[in-house]
Amino acid sequence: MSEHIVKSYDEEFSALHNKLAHMGGLAEEQLASAIDALDKRDTELAQKIIDNDDKIDELEREIEEKAILMIAKRQPVAVDLREIVVALRLAMDLERIGDLAKNIAKRIFAIAEPRPTRGLAGLGQMGRLALEQLKNVLDAYVQHDADKAMEVWRSDEEIDSLYNAMFRELLTYMMEDPRTIGACTHLLFGAKNIERIGDHTTNIAENVYFLVHGETLDDERPKSDTTSMTHVSYSQD
Amino acid sequence: MTVMDTTPSSAAVATDAVAATAQEAVEAAQPAVEREIKMAARGVNVFYGDTQALYEVGIDIANNEVTSLIGPSGCGKSTFLRCLNRMNDTIEGCRVEGSITLDGENIYDRALDPVLLRARVGMVFQKPNPFPKSIYDNIAYGPRIHGLASGKADLDEIVTTSLEKAGLLEEVKDRLDQPGTGLSGGQQQRLCIARAIAVKPEVILMDEPCSALDPIATAKVEELIDELRQDFTIVIVTHSMQQAARVSQRTAFFHLGKLVEEGETNQIFTNPQDQRTHDYITGRFG
Repeated sequence: MSEHIVKSYDEEFSALHNKLAHMGGLAEEQLASAIDALDKRDTELAQKIIDNDDKIDELEREIEEKAILMIAKRQPVAVDLREIVVALRLAMDLERIGDLAKNIAKRIFAIAEPRPTRGLAGLGQMGRLALEQLKNVLDAYVQHDADKAMEVWRSDEEIDSLYNAMFRELLTYMMEDPRTIGACTHLLFGAKNIERIGDHTTNIAENVYFLVHGETLDDERPKSDTTSMTHVSYSQD
Repeated sequence: MTVMDTTPSSAAVATDAVAATAQEAVEAAQPAVEREIKMAARGVNVFYGDTQALYEVGIDIANNEVTSLIGPSGCGKSTFLRCLNRMNDTIEGCRVEGSITLDGENIYDRALDPVLLRARVGMVFQKPNPFPKSIYDNIAYGPRIHGLASGKADLDEIVTTSLEKAGLLEEVKDRLDQPGTGLSGGQQQRLCIARAIAVKPEVILMDEPCSALDPIATAKVEELIDELRQDFTIVIVTHSMQQAARVSQRTAFFHLGKLVEEGETNQIFTNPQDQRTHDYITGRFG
């Protein structure tokens, strides 16, 4: 992309991109730490994640301010307008991802003592997949690579099916041993959080597509989270 | 014992279909609105002496649409605008090749009287240029010379309606005998628009009609343009990209004497197809 005649306009864009890169990096780091802390049930790390969330929130506010000011000052059109609108949307998705990672961190305190022995492995696997997707989609954004973004968009299904499997697995544990209900519920919410992170990641992928092509991807994404329709009956013989 | 029942069973997804459907969606988004062509230019070349100012310009201008012509200074947009009512005839050494039609009739036909053409294709200029006459006479002038009014009452009616359509009547109705030059800049420009409307043209050409006006007067003229679209076909040259985006349905981008891209305004300003259009509207070259 060639430069604008007005240099300060380009400087505003690079400042906006830097803030987003910083925010994306932080969101990745928060999610990675959450998975790590979950694996080790490390409450110290969990507390650090909770404290760090403020930084992400602050970055979202800064990005929003910059973007609004740019719209007011520059009246952007075409790709410039898309860059700014996408930056706003990305910041929102990243902020939500940060919140969800924080929520996982909070639950680590609850499961630190009555240690659930099962279900953790599946959650870790889901988390690592979501993290990889997030990394890929942020790379796609930085490189303006719509194809790469679409790969992420399509693979969200994997996270969904892992979530379905987790859901059934955890319900089974709870039915087998009601003493695990507390811990398993926390794990279930953790899994749901990761599934939501996957959804935000696909939002970002759709925005990268829009940024590059100037068209909204109006296709319905293949949805395979079926847990809201899963019925479990419990019978005692 | 536990029994689980998941409905529906996890859906099989054809991932290849995704890209294909996205492409179809893009194609389906093209509007299928029938445009009624008022003026059409084909292969228009314009020369000032030995210098060529326009190269093979072809464009359709549709009824009840505002078409804006944008592009950097010297790109030929004003030259093209002036071709549409043969204002270039008056310029020494100016030669126009190709065809421009109004309702299918070649306007460069020798049999066609340029004065009558200009009654059908009116013009509003950059700087408000009212005649040094009363407000009333400014508007009555055209209908008088073209013999459009059958008497005083008829002429009064034309003056009133034209001022009303130009959104100026309320502001000047008590001082129609005052000089037009005594009005504010924005009012003068609307007076010129009223004057252009008075001879009942079919097409109105506007050459940067707001560049000498303040933002409030500009907004009033833009609002007026939008209303006039119901009755007239409008072609506007503007340096303000935002104005083109606001007032027009179609936008044509000129560069170095060539028509680079023409299309729906919404599309030109959100997703231009030509790199030069893109660079111009986003402020990357001028």
